[in-house]
Amino acid sequence: MKDRLLEVKAKALESFGKVKDLKELDEARVRVLGKKGELTALMKGMGKLSKEERPAIGQLANEVRTAIEQDLEKRRTQFEEQAVAAKLKKEKIDVTMPGKKSSLGHIHPMNTVIEDIKNIFIGMGYEIAEGPEIEDAYYNFTALNIPKGHTARDEQDTFYVEGDGEFLLRTQTSPMQIRVMEQRKPPIRIIAPGRVYRSDDVDATHSPIFHQLEGLVVDKGITMGDLKGALEVFAKQLFGEDTKVRFRPHHFPFTEPSAEMDATCFACGGKGCRVCKDSGWIEMLGCGMVHPKVLERCGIDPKVYSGFAFGMGLERVTMQRYGINDLRLLFENDVKFLKQF
Amino acid sequence: MDLALKWVKDYVDIDCDVNTFMDVMTMAGQKAEGIADNVCNRAKAIDKCVVGRIESLEKHPDSDHLVICQVNVGSGENLQIVTGAPNVFAGAYVPVALDGSTLANGVKIKKGKLRGAVSNGMMCSVEELGFTTHDFPDAPENGIYIFSGEPELGSDVKEVMQLTDDVVEFEITNNRPDCYSVVGLAREAAAAFDKPFKYPEINVKAEAEGQSSDFVSVEIKNPELCPRYIGRVVKNVKVEPSPLWLRHRLTSMGVRPINNIVDITNYVMLELGQPMHAFDIDTIDEGRIIIRNAEDGEKFTTLDGQNRVLDSSMLVISDPNKAVAIAGVMGGENSKVSPNAAAILFESANFNGPNIRITAKKLGMRTDASAKYEKGLAPNTALDAVNRAVQLVEMLGCGEVVPGMVDCYPNKREPWEVAYSAESINKLIGFNLTDQEMIDIFKKIEVEADGKTAKIPTFRPDLVSEADLAEEVARFYGYDKIETTLAAGTPTCGKKSYTQLIEDKIRQTMVACGFCEAMTFSFESPKVYDKLSIDENSPLRKAVKITNPLGEDFSIMRTQSANGMLESLSTNYNRRNGSAYLFEMGKVYMPEEVPMKKLPNEIPTLTLGMYGKNCDFYRIKGVVEELAGALGFADKLSFEPDDSVPFMHPGRLAKIFGKNEELGYVGEVHPLTLKNYSIGTRAYIAVVDLSKVFELTAFERSFKPLPKYPATERDVSMVVAEDVTVKEIEDIIKKKGGKNLERVKLFDVYKGEQVGKGLKSVAYSIRFRAADRTLTDDEVNKPVDKILAELKDKLGAVLRDK
Repeated sequence: MKDRLLEVKAKALESFGKVKDLKELDEARVRVLGKKGELTALMKGMGKLSKEERPAIGQLANEVRTAIEQDLEKRRTQFEEQAVAAKLKKEKIDVTMPGKKSSLGHIHPMNTVIEDIKNIFIGMGYEIAEGPEIEDAYYNFTALNIPKGHTARDEQDTFYVEGDGEFLLRTQTSPMQIRVMEQRKPPIRIIAPGRVYRSDDVDATHSPIFHQLEGLVVDKGITMGDLKGALEVFAKQLFGEDTKVRFRPHHFPFTEPSAEMDATCFACGGKGCRVCKDSGWIEMLGCGMVHPKVLERCGIDPKVYSGFAFGMGLERVTMQRYGINDLRLLFENDVKFLKQF
Repeated sequence: MDLALKWVKDYVDIDCDVNTFMDVMTMAGQKAEGIADNVCNRAKAIDKCVVGRIESLEKHPDSDHLVICQVNVGSGENLQIVTGAPNVFAGAYVPVALDGSTLANGVKIKKGKLRGAVSNGMMCSVEELGFTTHDFPDAPENGIYIFSGEPELGSDVKEVMQLTDDVVEFEITNNRPDCYSVVGLAREAAAAFDKPFKYPEINVKAEAEGQSSDFVSVEIKNPELCPRYIGRVVKNVKVEPSPLWLRHRLTSMGVRPINNIVDITNYVMLELGQPMHAFDIDTIDEGRIIIRNAEDGEKFTTLDGQNRVLDSSMLVISDPNKAVAIAGVMGGENSKVSPNAAAILFESANFNGPNIRITAKKLGMRTDASAKYEKGLAPNTALDAVNRAVQLVEMLGCGEVVPGMVDCYPNKREPWEVAYSAESINKLIGFNLTDQEMIDIFKKIEVEADGKTAKIPTFRPDLVSEADLAEEVARFYGYDKIETTLAAGTPTCGKKSYTQLIEDKIRQTMVACGFCEAMTFSFESPKVYDKLSIDENSPLRKAVKITNPLGEDFSIMRTQSANGMLESLSTNYNRRNGSAYLFEMGKVYMPEEVPMKKLPNEIPTLTLGMYGKNCDFYRIKGVVEELAGALGFADKLSFEPDDSVPFMHPGRLAKIFGKNEELGYVGEVHPLTLKNYSIGTRAYIAVVDLSKVFELTAFERSFKPLPKYPATERDVSMVVAEDVTVKEIEDIIKKKGGKNLERVKLFDVYKGEQVGKGLKSVAYSIRFRAADRTLTDDEVNKPVDKILAELKDKLGAVLRDK
């Protein structure tokens, strides 16, 4: 019996060694361990053994069985690994072929710039205000210290609209200063981006419709130093930490003192080039301390409160950021253009 | 305004280079735009051009018109120079461009041969030096310039002819009319550089007999439009070219020299900023100057020979019988100073700025004088100006100045006082200057201050409040030196408004759906209504009209956004872009009535447009559905078939509803409209009124536990009449589905022979689920049976197989 067992084991292991794939391995397994297999048959004969022989032979039989099963398992794993390896090899693809894209849309470059600017000012505690594009001359001019007959009313090439009153397409976002101050009490910190209109013919650098952004801060104790601080932070955020700014005295009817802010030229970094007419500076925006008369007109006591305001064009910033050379592209909506941003 | 540095140096000692000058002036508030495009700047390029004397000349042996000259340029040896100019002669002093020299236009001169004869340079005309015979009236029209005196041989012609200067272009803000003058900018420069300012010394001998008032009288009929008028008389006038120094001054400021009298008026205008005029006194009837409004339709011929028709808003200078000048704009041909005028009247007057501006605009003639007047000049300058003019007459010896003047100045302007305190200026700017520091700054700009009040000179009408004074202090202290701070004050929370957040969400959703953001014009042509086949009586035609548009194409504010979108699709189609998916968030402008009585409603509107691959009605409708989902009102969204939008396909159009409110429409563009816009393929648009979307939006979300029990699905396929909409079917399924109905999904619509003519097959997958148990067959069959019965009953649906 003992010899038979060892013989079965040796034969079985030998036959396993010869199989070429999983199927043959299974057939070999059935021949040994199946219902009619050699080891199974041998085990059936265990009953005929004497009481004394049984434990030793039984133990041996188990050892044989375990050895056979372990060998089977080892070989099965091998075959499986080979099969997976073969499959992987067969399934190799050219990963340099193009991907399948979901077609995403694109935000207009102008609105990307506006969004960036909004986020900068939101971070400084500003809210975003909105107002009408068709305006009363009172808001666009009179309340901003530009009375009837003032040259600024001509210079800004105003579009007027038919109506029972003096209505116009706003020439600037500055009327938002008045509307906000009429509606709210200080502290006020707002920016107001939006469309403005001036009677300019369409060309590569002009459009009768363009965008401006107005800013207004009114509170107790606001100084011109605060104006400089806020706009310097803004310029560095928008154009980069290395950006320098300078404030030059200027004139606007609704701020006093007034200034224009230049930023170091984006093209040459301030060394001087064709873009900045060799000055190293690019004119960015107009600003100033809100004129006391403007505050008064909006019911804010200039003896208690002060404030600053600023306004900037957005088309040029957008064109400079992306190197766009023709303003008309912004309004044509050619997808070849829009998909670049 | 152009400013010549040589001139300004008469009044303030500028000793820096021109770039530093520009920087300092800019930072003090007078922005230097750059180096002016002026002949005196260009002349700086001239190099190695010297004075020479022609010692001898002979005819060129091989030429009819060339002559060979031996020229002494002070170098010891004569230079042989060949010229074709006819006006040269032995002994003439001429400008000589030497070998290796440069002319004003950058041309280099080298020695060479002319028909075999060596020429070691070139003799120059004034044109070759960059100038004209206006600048050098003694120069011949065609020929070499011949110096009138005997300048030193070999000396630089730039010096001898006073050709060069540094001329800077300034941007003058319109609150500073005083700075449209050399003196005004010199005063600013003196303050900026902290140097003394020397006002021109004006003194007049006036040695002629009599008084100006013997010759003229002045009467102002409208003192509001003419606050001041001064007349002063000069006798025995000699009209001739001005001397070189005076001509150079004008040329350096871009003004063309004419003759001494005109040049004097221009000199004074440039120097003091006060326009002047000269009349031939013999042409003024009775010597009576009357300043009056013109008659409506009054005809007048100006100095430039043009016939003008005036109206009663315009001011004229007149005598008892006729107008002799349009006030502040231009003189008349009938009173101009002729070369043989015996006596002249200098006018130095002050006119109302806005009135002059409107007159000049109406007549289409903005002159140097009107450009100055329109800013609003200070009337007190007029006196210095007239005296300066006659002083120049005496300097030039071109006439005898009559003592006295006629000065009509009904309401004399006096200096005014402005109260201020150093404390509040410090508080506004954010620095800490002492009383004395501020007083010192004020002194530089001729403002007398004592710490409480400031006395403002009359040439500074812009200084009327404490804030104005604060600016003066700040700019001469230096804006750059003001310490940069971050506003303390009450903290505020920066944020977007609710509707702005909704707009952001819409933009994100559109981009995720593959749409690019467009931007179109808010004004358009009234012709678009015809292009869109919009009915004559449609309220859409009630648009805000621009009274002074750039043209008909830009003359009304849009009342619909479809045109802009269709134009954009057309642009893309005609540029051969295979497909385009666009969206725009813009406004339409809806007046309550036209002409408007109050501002119109500006309605934020979302417009979608698309054409190309994978485009059909259901695609664009799907985007509207995605939008409602993103904004949390998908359950309130519905669509109704519609055929009422004239530029849309009547069989492929739906009105969009949210709750019961109409939000807009979605559909395919009408084929005729496509043709009108030159779009050669099917296109789709959707328009949504965002003001209504804002009200429907709900950002709140609440969690529903994930299902624990399995769902049961039933597929239902039926045949119905072709015109039954799936909405009708779905409404029934939802109504009869009971509380366990979870989802209704359309998975097939089929039309064809197998189904039968006029019929269609529609198939749904209906899912049921309960949150707390697995549903039994019975619990599912019951509602399905009810659904089927209702479908059969209401829609005549025939069940295909269950």
